[in-house]
Amino acid sequence: MTPDASIDEQGQALPASLIGPGHTFGTITEKISSIVLSRRTPTWWFLTFGVAFLFMNLMLLTIVNLVFRGIGLWGPNVPVGWGFDIINFVWWIGIGHAGTLISAILLLLKQTWRQSINRFAEAMTLFAVACAGLYPLLHTGRPWLDYWLFPYPNTMAMWPNFRSPLIWDVFAISTYATVSLLFWYVGLIPDLATLRDRSTNPVGRVVYGLLSMGWRGSARHWHRYEMASLLLAALSTPLVVSVHSIVSLDFAVSVIPGWHATVFPPYFVAGAVFAGFAMVLTLAIPLRRLYGLQDFITDRHLDNMARVMLATGLVVGYGYMVEAFMAWYSGSLFEAYMMLNRFAGPYAASYWALILCNVLAIQALWFKRVRQSPALLMVVAMFVNVGMWLERYVIIVVSLSRDFLPSSWGLYAGTKWDWGMYLGTLGFFLTLFLLFIRYLPMISIFEMRTMLPESKVETEEAHA
Amino acid sequence: MKKRPSIYGLMAEFEDLPSLLAATHRAHHTGYRHMDAYTPFPNEELSELLEGHHNILPKLVFAGGVIGLLAGVGLQWATNAVDYPINVGGRPLISWPAWIPVGFEMTVLLAAFATVLGMLGLNGLPMPYHPVFNVPRFALSSQDRFFLCIEADDPLFDRQETRRFLEAQQPHEISEVEH
Repeated sequence: MTPDASIDEQGQALPASLIGPGHTFGTITEKISSIVLSRRTPTWWFLTFGVAFLFMNLMLLTIVNLVFRGIGLWGPNVPVGWGFDIINFVWWIGIGHAGTLISAILLLLKQTWRQSINRFAEAMTLFAVACAGLYPLLHTGRPWLDYWLFPYPNTMAMWPNFRSPLIWDVFAISTYATVSLLFWYVGLIPDLATLRDRSTNPVGRVVYGLLSMGWRGSARHWHRYEMASLLLAALSTPLVVSVHSIVSLDFAVSVIPGWHATVFPPYFVAGAVFAGFAMVLTLAIPLRRLYGLQDFITDRHLDNMARVMLATGLVVGYGYMVEAFMAWYSGSLFEAYMMLNRFAGPYAASYWALILCNVLAIQALWFKRVRQSPALLMVVAMFVNVGMWLERYVIIVVSLSRDFLPSSWGLYAGTKWDWGMYLGTLGFFLTLFLLFIRYLPMISIFEMRTMLPESKVETEEAHA
Repeated sequence: MKKRPSIYGLMAEFEDLPSLLAATHRAHHTGYRHMDAYTPFPNEELSELLEGHHNILPKLVFAGGVIGLLAGVGLQWATNAVDYPINVGGRPLISWPAWIPVGFEMTVLLAAFATVLGMLGLNGLPMPYHPVFNVPRFALSSQDRFFLCIEADDPLFDRQETRRFLEAQQPHEISEVEH
């Protein structure tokens, strides 16, 4: 229990600082749904959307050019066969993991502070996975043949090789995207019913009505609904751990120095949650200010997220130490050289920038003053966003550029189209996210109602 | 065939959860069984009172998971060991440890579909039309009001008698629910 929680007559802790004072079921409903149902779209929304949409078109331009002219438009080539495509794939997938952590693991752990951040964190997951998926699909070079990835009876009489981590990836990512979508949609149903009932716009009423499937808040329905939420959470928890473990196996199953390490799965999962919470903060801090949601996404929420970020960041820092230790302890010449190459090779600047971002910058989160200041937290989150990108850059590029044979060493740098695709997916992500906050409730309304003490009543008959 | 009652039921609106809980307890005590409560958020006590503890959803999810696992492992066995055997460095064709990831993902996928489709199916959703929506104030059930509807097909239901019972619970309003 936290010291700032107040105590009611029965000695139960009330989640006082998780919601602003003076709220009723009505005001919560009004506050969150009016953001969606209001006819006026804020000016900043149009401005941000314009920029995001512009960058999304840069992505489309890159894709069209790539499909016409071929994969050589991107930088990867022998010996560095994986570049921005896989770096960005892993970066985006990792970002998605915080959404599932918040929606599933924190639900199972009864962390009620998740209620106000789970909805947009889950949306972030979906959009991040959509961005991530684009990279390997395009990197095949012939995206119109991507259905070959799935096992289906075909005239070539061939099947995928299930001993390959790359086919595990296909199953893991597609399952992850599907289950995240299901979880998110199920969570939306009661809120869609609220929007259906409050909307004054006939189109809105029909669309929200269809999407809410005729939800009527029956106690019998709630019973199965709550059960389904818990079961989905219980299924998503091992799923999210498996997804980034499998992504890490893309590397760890190979024999490349710096990749072939048993620490990879847990180290990647921690890194994913770390990067994801940084992105949740990056989105939550401006959102709560622009929409005046400080009553729902309180300073305590920011504080809690900062703590999770610090904890997972320390695990990631431990991962860096283990990598260095194992490189030395393995006695392998190639492993040892890989590590020295990271410290002092051509990409040393990236490595030390990564240490600055992911290890040093987050130490500021030990101080309550930093955790309680949205501006400072935003700065730290930005460091982590950059740091986690650099981590993947260092892991992929440093190992591939100098492996076993010095005669086949070579350097790599992203081309302008690599950057176009990366900035483009940032625009794509932001476009989807802005549409989401305009048309769907970004905070779960019904779960916020359960934060009020009035929802926790029990009658004497219940104990009889 | 049983005659269809002329109305769907009688609905009482309450301003807070304790009043609804008390009214539902009393209705249950009086012997009403065909009734439902409508709330803007879940409440365990209400659900237990109306539905009891039985719930087959977990069994459906378990079945979905088992089918997913068998399908995932079966797929890998049928393709990589039988139809298109791939010899990688003389390793056994049934190299089951390599099948764990796909088997696991398929388990989760089918269990998740069973959860969502099972929940919707058992709840009878999607159901765009339902008589309770005929009460204009019912729109508040998804916002901040609490409703109890005693249905006309309950053996104890009597238009006057039931209305008197509901009035005794001091609701905000009582409405007849048209079909």
